[in-house]
Amino acid sequence: MSWLDPTRIWFLGLLIVLCGAVLAYIFAARRGLRMKVRRIAGLEAVDDAVGRATEMGRSCLYIPGLQDMNDIQTIASLTILSRVAKTAAEYDAKIEVPTTRSLVMTAARETVQAAYLAAGRPEAFSPDQVYYVTDEQFGYVAYVQGLMVRERPAACFYMGSFFAESLLLAEMGNSVGAIQIAGTAQPAQLPFFVAACDYTLIGEEFFAASAYLSGEPDQLGSLKGQDIGKLIVVAGIVTGVTAATLANLTGSPAIRAFVDFLINKILT
Amino acid sequence: MKRTVPMLITAAVGFTLIGAYFVPYTQNWGESVAIWFDVLAAIAFILGGGNLLRTHLKRISDQGRGWGYSAIVLVAFVATLFVGLGKIGVAPSPQFPDHAWSGQYRQTGSAFWFMYQYAFSPLTSTIFALLAFYIASAAFRAFRAKNLEAKLLLGTAFIILLGRTFAGVALTDWIDPANWDGFRYFTGLRLENLTVYIMAVFNTAGNRAIMIGIALGIVATSLKILIGVDRSYLGKD
Repeated sequence: MSWLDPTRIWFLGLLIVLCGAVLAYIFAARRGLRMKVRRIAGLEAVDDAVGRATEMGRSCLYIPGLQDMNDIQTIASLTILSRVAKTAAEYDAKIEVPTTRSLVMTAARETVQAAYLAAGRPEAFSPDQVYYVTDEQFGYVAYVQGLMVRERPAACFYMGSFFAESLLLAEMGNSVGAIQIAGTAQPAQLPFFVAACDYTLIGEEFFAASAYLSGEPDQLGSLKGQDIGKLIVVAGIVTGVTAATLANLTGSPAIRAFVDFLINKILT
Repeated sequence: MKRTVPMLITAAVGFTLIGAYFVPYTQNWGESVAIWFDVLAAIAFILGGGNLLRTHLKRISDQGRGWGYSAIVLVAFVATLFVGLGKIGVAPSPQFPDHAWSGQYRQTGSAFWFMYQYAFSPLTSTIFALLAFYIASAAFRAFRAKNLEAKLLLGTAFIILLGRTFAGVALTDWIDPANWDGFRYFTGLRLENLTVYIMAVFNTAGNRAIMIGIALGIVATSLKILIGVDRSYLGKD
């Protein structure tokens, strides 16, 4: 048995290059390299949404998705919750976080408590703000919809991994007149959020949120590293498409062998 | 210390899982780590149950808005727990006929099965069925032809909707080479073919672009968490 799985060596190489680019830009940012990040409307609107809730005297509702803590989207969601909770604490707005998983509940409590502490208002935090509802998808939907109708939150945040419940929640939030910001890495749910929410963080924007909101050079550097990854992917796509087209047009066995190598070795 | 220990555990487990993917010798380590998570999640389930009881008992005690629903939740929770743990109506397993509790709690005909089949299942189906109405209302708002992009979206959606129905197919079935030989160049314009083309080319291209962005975002986010650059999930902003 070899030390490394031979079928995954190319993938490992790509991963090392990607991680290397991210790390290189993190270190560059630490040395003072200035990073420019484009404006993300959905994240700029977080403060406005919480401010609106404060003015209206209503609550903010934060849904951290339906997956457990082993899902990267849930972790990304908690990083955004940290910022939303801090803003809510500063504005003295009420924030409510119903969860579908017990582990998410405990982690989210820690996050919200630390956010209140960072905002200088630890006494305003109550553990009852973050609570467990049920693991059942539609049981959770029924609870959150009922909560929306009764409490009429002024701002709803849907950040994390969502499935069929995305539209059920977002449409109910829309019907109670809440300003809604969603973010997910589930491509199938994005159209629903785009249709029903005021702002939607699409795919990578959702993962960039933590860096964008914190503004820390370390984190912004990681975004620049992602751009290098995109350049590699674009170069790969252009090379692959050109080679496949030339292989068909010329019938050259060498180019065909190169295309097969790309498909069977690198992309497998 | 409160943040350092969880961060070290996260890094150790994360790098072990990455190693297990690439190094065949360490594959078992990855499986063990996944089992640890299941054990933690099972213990946390008790925490969740306790929190559920506490939250709803408090709501009933406060008599706030919707406290009646909390009462229903508590009754349903306790009844399901009692019926499931007590294996009410469960016949003993054929392997151990002398042990009353040896059967499966979800056995057909048991009280738990009855509750699942005739209460839980219809209720969840009802909530899911609401999706059809919400899709209609969301589509109504999304497809308002306000500008050029919205008009393109509306037009595309109209083609897809028609192409997936019998009416849509019937509308353009006259584009058939059997009617006129020249139609063989235009069969791609039949609504069912246009639908397939839009889904296979434009939709797939857009989807893949989003997927590539997501994959890169996951790599960068995971790395930031593993090396401790991003600690906001632990409470640090």
